[in-house]
Amino acid sequence: MAVQASSAKLDARALRSDFPIFEQLIHGKPLAYLDSANSSQKPRQVLDAMTTYYETSYANVHRAVYVLGERATAGLEGAREKVRGFLNAPSADEVIFVRNATEGLNLVAYSWGGSNLGRGDAVVVTELDHHSNFVPWQYIARRRGAEFRVLPLDEDAEVDYSGLDEIARDCNVKVVAANLVSNSLGTIADLGPLVRWAHEQGAIFVCDAAQAAPHVQLDVQALGVDFLAISGHKMCGPSGIGALWGRGELLRSMEPFLLGGHMISSVSIEKTTWGEIPHKFEAGTSPIVEAVGLGAAVDYLQRVGLDAIEAHEHELAAYALGRLAEVPGITLYGPPAERRAGVVSFNLDGIHPHDVAQLLDGHGVAIRAGHHCCQPLMRRLGVTATNRASFYLYTVPEEIDQLVDGLHAVREVFA
Amino acid sequence: MNEFDQMYREVILDHYKNPRGHGTIDGADAEAEGQNPLCGDEVSIYVAFGDDGDTIDEVKFSGRGCAISQAATSMLTEMVQGRTATEVASLDKDELLAEIGIPLTPIRLKCAVLGLTTLKVALHKAKGTPLPDGLAGFDELELS
Repeated sequence: MAVQASSAKLDARALRSDFPIFEQLIHGKPLAYLDSANSSQKPRQVLDAMTTYYETSYANVHRAVYVLGERATAGLEGAREKVRGFLNAPSADEVIFVRNATEGLNLVAYSWGGSNLGRGDAVVVTELDHHSNFVPWQYIARRRGAEFRVLPLDEDAEVDYSGLDEIARDCNVKVVAANLVSNSLGTIADLGPLVRWAHEQGAIFVCDAAQAAPHVQLDVQALGVDFLAISGHKMCGPSGIGALWGRGELLRSMEPFLLGGHMISSVSIEKTTWGEIPHKFEAGTSPIVEAVGLGAAVDYLQRVGLDAIEAHEHELAAYALGRLAEVPGITLYGPPAERRAGVVSFNLDGIHPHDVAQLLDGHGVAIRAGHHCCQPLMRRLGVTATNRASFYLYTVPEEIDQLVDGLHAVREVFA
Repeated sequence: MNEFDQMYREVILDHYKNPRGHGTIDGADAEAEGQNPLCGDEVSIYVAFGDDGDTIDEVKFSGRGCAISQAATSMLTEMVQGRTATEVASLDKDELLAEIGIPLTPIRLKCAVLGLTTLKVALHKAKGTPLPDGLAGFDELELS
């Protein structure tokens, strides 16, 4: 096992050997996987934890009375405790397993927003937000007759907070929703002032931490937010599992989101009562093994150390921004390296991102091209799409070199 | 430059940089606008019929987007010139793909057939014929 003590600087080259995906050539070339913000690769430790669980401990959870059922339940609840620790949540029963951050944010929008929003109220989001923390609020606000206000970006693509007073004058702000790290530009937000403002308005603060969880140490108590959602697949865990953390008193007061088995206390023809949290929000059989995989991913990240991961990404971002600036006709978007996670969006003059990404594939380089589920942001940048290279704990500088060489080749094709 | 880069350059870039049939037709007999929401490609197609009201006399397009979407539409304008609207409205996409001639992943396939799909929608609208199954949602979602 290549994982190391958390205080050390991480050794990406050594960590890479934990990831079976890199044991192959793509189009005859070593794989430069620069699309981790889209989805991260999985270490053997996560894959093994899931396989072992299937082979030795699998049964349904919370109902089987036999030994396998007990083991299975211990596995799922053990994973919940690991996620609690990862988020520094006060209590594991405030951690709800969901499919992904999107489902977690929809849960809050439907369940909290669906009961608490009305005419004269407002939901505030930012132009930098992913569609997952934008569209559900736009939709639920409209359904409830509430205002939907969007904090714009300034010329430097930073959120402009100057309109907050006006919003507070105009409406009764009930929800403020924003991401901690932008999936498109990598911007690490300082949410403190916005969280304080939200609470001064008596609003709840809903944090999309899907892109933050892989890169920065999370602490829901220090952040002071009311809800926070993460996705397993972006942080070395499997797809199909994520977590929503919410304040216990809020979760207990809320209506359920999905209904059915497991989430009830008692059911009769006349009346159904809800179970305790987190079960109230976990109808049906859970993604049990995926949760175990997420728990293993948390273990993996904590052994590498989130501080070491963040430092590694700042280093890679600085290196990438420097190397990419050498490419003629390139436009780079987003903040300086010290305020960005390992995400770099860019465009080549006169060459559509889809053409760039397709040609790079032939050079063994995988990047994302498109709007990154951030169409309002793309509009603000004045583009329909960007190229995005994103890095993670297993990324080495040679992959960035391979990207830069590939971009020179792309320019040659279009010359 | 690898083999794929070469093919891209030779086949796609010629049409991308010097698109045939680029422009608009005032008072076109058939027109439609298509978008590929995935990458923001846009294509508008304009068709003028001959005296028989069926032969494609002139076809023009305007738009912006990736090289594949724009080059494929340029190739398409050459391919359908002089053929009948009835025939083109059910043109097999493989004919266009053979003309493009480079291997395309499923995502790029959407870029490649954007112009053809838009043209088919334009022709069906002009003729008042119902859109084939595969195009019904396309029209509702993406076309004006």
